[in-house]
Amino acid sequence: MTVLSQPDVQPEAAVTPRPRRRARNLHPGSRIAYVYVLPFFLVFAAFSVYPWVATAWESLHDTRLSTYNQSNWIGLANYHNLFTNDFFWHAFRNTITIGIISTVPQLCMALGIAHLLNYRLRGRTFFRVAILMPYATSLAAATVIFAELFDPNLGLINWSLHALHLPSVDWQGSTWPSQIAVSTIVIWRWTGYNALIYLAGMQAIDTDLYEAAAMDGAGRWAQFRYVTLPGLRPTILFTIVVSTIGAAQLFGEPLLYHNGLPDGGTQNQYQTLGLLMYQQGWTNDRLGLASATAWTMFLIIILAVCTNLLIARRRERREGRRASIVAAVPEVSVR
Amino acid sequence: MKRTATSGGKGAASGGVLDANWMTYVVIVLVTLVSIFPLYYTIVMASHTNAEMAASRPPILPTLSVFDNVKKALELAPLNRGLINSVIVAGSLAIGTVALSTLAGFAFAKLRFRGSNILLAICVATMMVPLQMGVIPLYMLMAKLGLAGHLTAVILPSLCTAFGVFFMRQYVASAVPDELIEAAYMDGARPIRVFWSVVVPAVRPAMAVLGMLTFLMAWNDFFWPIIVLSSQNPTIQVSFQSLATGYAPQQSIVMAGTLYGTLPVLVVFALLGRQIVGGIMQGAVKG
Repeated sequence: MTVLSQPDVQPEAAVTPRPRRRARNLHPGSRIAYVYVLPFFLVFAAFSVYPWVATAWESLHDTRLSTYNQSNWIGLANYHNLFTNDFFWHAFRNTITIGIISTVPQLCMALGIAHLLNYRLRGRTFFRVAILMPYATSLAAATVIFAELFDPNLGLINWSLHALHLPSVDWQGSTWPSQIAVSTIVIWRWTGYNALIYLAGMQAIDTDLYEAAAMDGAGRWAQFRYVTLPGLRPTILFTIVVSTIGAAQLFGEPLLYHNGLPDGGTQNQYQTLGLLMYQQGWTNDRLGLASATAWTMFLIIILAVCTNLLIARRRERREGRRASIVAAVPEVSVR
Repeated sequence: MKRTATSGGKGAASGGVLDANWMTYVVIVLVTLVSIFPLYYTIVMASHTNAEMAASRPPILPTLSVFDNVKKALELAPLNRGLINSVIVAGSLAIGTVALSTLAGFAFAKLRFRGSNILLAICVATMMVPLQMGVIPLYMLMAKLGLAGHLTAVILPSLCTAFGVFFMRQYVASAVPDELIEAAYMDGARPIRVFWSVVVPAVRPAMAVLGMLTFLMAWNDFFWPIIVLSSQNPTIQVSFQSLATGYAPQQSIVMAGTLYGTLPVLVVFALLGRQIVGGIMQGAVKG
């Protein structure tokens, strides 16, 4: 499944995985293998599969924290409740707008930064580590810091606007500014990380391709457009999928941006679905309703991911190549 | 963004073989500044009162009062407790995940057993499912087991991640030559012996990378700890939340506490940065 080889990171890993088949035949019937993979599947069954199924079950009940064991079956009433509820649609829209504001500029910038980092640079390790510092900063710390930077009275950002003779902005109360502020935190934390992912993809592109393109008279933009971008396509697809999943679950940033309140601002101007679920379940003691929100979020994620994959696959097919999401899968939970 | 993407080194070929020109450096340095400035400015914010921050010309240098503010922050929120707890949680998760993932990765890469492909596919598919999905029953389960509020509740569910298993499987498959395993079998070694004496020594670098990434992920995890832990027995992220949402007379105290809790991991990150960067980039190209 090694789709791309790796040039300089870990040379010993570049050995082709093909001989594996021989090894498999070599020691047939290793029943002990089940014991080796058992811990993972035990953890997985107890703390993932069971909770997912139970969430589905609870979403059909009027579950409360106080009466957890004797909740009433209410069928799809929670879902009906949810879909006729303005708060849900409001949070749904916010999740999408914040998702777009935080993801699109982030990935575009990451692509540009990766391109620059791909030059022969002095101190390249320093730059790579430096742009990854935000990733090492926890979202809680980053949000507390940015909430202060965006503070209407004490914050550096409004001061800078003032210094430029621009009107100050209500980064907390107004809808768009507050959504932009929350997105800024996401962008700050993840741009460097995605840039490194792109950089890794760029370094795996065969340099002969560039030389051939240059000989055909391709300029630097043409090379980026016709060599770099196509070569990066699986990587780009992967980052889009991961960012989509991340954006759909956005929770910590908007929670801490409003002092740990799950309302997403006084007018719910940046309440996401993740926050809404938390509010329903833990603030309002409506665990059944929160479970319905959880499943709805899950379906939204699947839908969004499948849409991404379908678009990619149609593109690839049109261009006579095979879409491979597998190339992209491994880092999903690095996030 | 298109302009930045093509700005460096006019007229030459691209692809990691080219020298950068001054424009490239200018943009890269700018990006670096944006990445680091908020962290630096936290020190400034941590050492000035609200009144000083609201002045018409806000300060740009820190002062020694940052130490005083750290002391005040420690009185407001159990930051030291949070740090110790985070070391326990992230440390046990790093060790546990590396051990269990390497073992499972070895089985998937080098042992032949019925259903291995399906099991591996299940493993990969689960990486897509969000944690929020199951958080309510998971909380109830932990409460029933009497673990709510305990660090065990944070450690158990992530003890062996699909990412770890897949990461190690890929690495074992490519880094351990079959001849080596074959030779060990010829000598009459059993699989567990092969694992200890052949596989583990060969994949040590990958184990270190996975350990660091797991540690960082566990250290920064927010959603599940905030639900299952209380502010009496927090991880550092939960302490941040109680510090930021509690009553602090000055913002500088909140900033000082945030700085205090963030600095250790940033220092470690700066020291191990090269390896972590390598690990992330390696995860990106392998597959």
